[in-house]
Amino acid sequence: MSQLTYREAVRHALAEELTRDPNVVVMGEEVGQFQGAYKVTQGLLEKFGPKRVADTPISEAGFIGMGIGASMLGVRPVMELMFWSFYSVAFDQILNNAANVRYMSGGQINCPIVIRGPANGGTNVGATHSHTPENILAAHPGVKVVVPSTPYDAKGLLKSAIRDNDPVFFLENTVLYGEKGEVPDEEYLIPLGKADVKREGKDLTIVTYGRPVIQSLVAAELLAKEHDISVEVVDLRTIRPLDIDTVLASVRKTHRVLVVEEQKPFCGVGAQLTYMIQAEAFDDLDAPIGRLCTIDAPAIYSPPVEAEQLPNPQRILKAALALLD
Amino acid sequence: MSKKPSATIEQKPTASSTSHSQAPINAALTQAQKIGLFSQMVRIRRFEERSHRAYTGKNAAGGANIGGFLHLYNGQEAIAVGCCSLMGKHDHVITAYRDHGHAIAVGMDTKALMAELYGKVTGCSKGKGGSMHFFSPERNYWGGHGIVGGQIPLGVGLAYGVKYKGHKGSAMAFMGDGAVNQGAVHEAYNLAALWNLPCIFVIENNGYSMGTSQARSSAGDLAKRAEGYGMAWGVCEGHDVYEVRATMDKFLNIAREECKPAVVEIRTYRYRGHSVADPDNTYRTKTEIEEYRRTKDPIQVFQTALIAEGVLSTESAEKIDEAARAEAEAAADFADASPYPTPEDIQKDVYWESDNPDQRTSQGRLFFN
Repeated sequence: MSQLTYREAVRHALAEELTRDPNVVVMGEEVGQFQGAYKVTQGLLEKFGPKRVADTPISEAGFIGMGIGASMLGVRPVMELMFWSFYSVAFDQILNNAANVRYMSGGQINCPIVIRGPANGGTNVGATHSHTPENILAAHPGVKVVVPSTPYDAKGLLKSAIRDNDPVFFLENTVLYGEKGEVPDEEYLIPLGKADVKREGKDLTIVTYGRPVIQSLVAAELLAKEHDISVEVVDLRTIRPLDIDTVLASVRKTHRVLVVEEQKPFCGVGAQLTYMIQAEAFDDLDAPIGRLCTIDAPAIYSPPVEAEQLPNPQRILKAALALLD
Repeated sequence: MSKKPSATIEQKPTASSTSHSQAPINAALTQAQKIGLFSQMVRIRRFEERSHRAYTGKNAAGGANIGGFLHLYNGQEAIAVGCCSLMGKHDHVITAYRDHGHAIAVGMDTKALMAELYGKVTGCSKGKGGSMHFFSPERNYWGGHGIVGGQIPLGVGLAYGVKYKGHKGSAMAFMGDGAVNQGAVHEAYNLAALWNLPCIFVIENNGYSMGTSQARSSAGDLAKRAEGYGMAWGVCEGHDVYEVRATMDKFLNIAREECKPAVVEIRTYRYRGHSVADPDNTYRTKTEIEEYRRTKDPIQVFQTALIAEGVLSTESAEKIDEAARAEAEAAADFADASPYPTPEDIQKDVYWESDNPDQRTSQGRLFFN
């Protein structure tokens, strides 16, 4: 085991897959010479050369579309979006072409592409750079959506994503890039679509993913110490495919659920989750399902207020207490 | 059933095709190859006319044979046939929604194409794509795309793939004249030029982006925009299959040998509306359409040239036309007799992984109902 940052874990996954498969290429804005806008790809150009690690112009529709076209021919591009927020300028490529081409061709084509980059608020960059589009992406059959919360998960899931034969959208988090965690020294894969119980408990299940997992674990600790409440934290890790079975098993154990997400509430991932939980475990619920989201407005700039707009341990704690009242 | 040849085939053209017939790529054609090109153009024409009849007619149950949109290629045949006839093992093609001609030109079976229009499970995309989404990866044909200009970055990706794998080949990315104002096209131009990718951007300029004429939609010259990206460009006439081949051969060889992109504008005309739903009486005159048919019909122009060369006789042309009609009719019969996909088919062909369950590596639910 080594202590790696989330950033290093992603980098190691890229390096290992570049080494393993000559069809893997890393492309994106500033991924090479600049060493990555968030230094995720640091050193990869030097190690693998410009054919495998390519700097693209600021031209998301162009280069993402190019990657999708190349993937149809069997290249396995791992495309970096400097921010997932920029998906909107490549929307047609991502969600018309990558998501639909297999279906429209009657299964003749598949797109083994990974698009990765950070998707989060909390860095005071304003509304245009703080989108969390996992709900919008996952609403499109044909794609897979991964949102890892820890270095261990980030590495194992990214390696699986790169080997996957369907388009995988991999949403990281700039706030987590510097967070450290244990990562095995030997190679490992984490299958997409497998949730992880990050903390076991008996009074309440928090279902979450991404950075709110870390915040929920902090809240769970406070709830245990200060309120004698035992919280189970289920990290979805993958939004689509969705491991609803692990969620339901936890619900059947605790009978109370709080969904926490760094999403706006309307049509968010939590809306789908709460629907499925009530549909499939109605008789196991002792209370209405709770939901804690980002406060429903564009991302505010003001630094101390943005922290309050997003999920945070105190907001999660309050929402949990309200459910257990 | 046998029908008389339409006026299109019988009318005499005033535009002749001689200056490009001696270009090396055309001089090298055998008589059989020339007749093959002619046949393909006629087959496309007859396929389109038959699909138009199917679209406007009713099936035995009184319903529509073909749903959605239907963008016909009549008038533009020499482009798809000329360009696709130059394809080698590592040359790829991608186009927009007016995609039937390219599909036939790369060798797809017209039965499977017509069945796709009819929404049948025997269609080339199992009834899941429709008119705008014909694909045949085994023939290097990558669609068939519905969003104007959206296929052009994919075309650059095909060229990138060819180069990445070290193949000597190219990608021909077709678009209409309306697509040249889409941002994605310009991003694709820049990438192809910047990275020296073997992509030929082919603008099939039929003069109208839907109902808006070129003069009302595009500033300046279309192909010349390539200069802004330091790309080579060319313009040629699309009614002459010899000229299309001679022009494209030059750019394709540069792409294959030097890995350089280019923009080629091929001037053409469509006889039918933008789609079958277009009443086609608000933005151009019947006279304009008839004038093109009379002087530049690509099939008639080529027929006249081949007769002058002694390659074809009026009688053999007639036979080819009859065979093309019979083929289109047989395609319609096949489509009509074929079954629709079932509701169980709706969720197939969505994910590679769910279609290959024995090789699935992910877990959890992929579908949500």
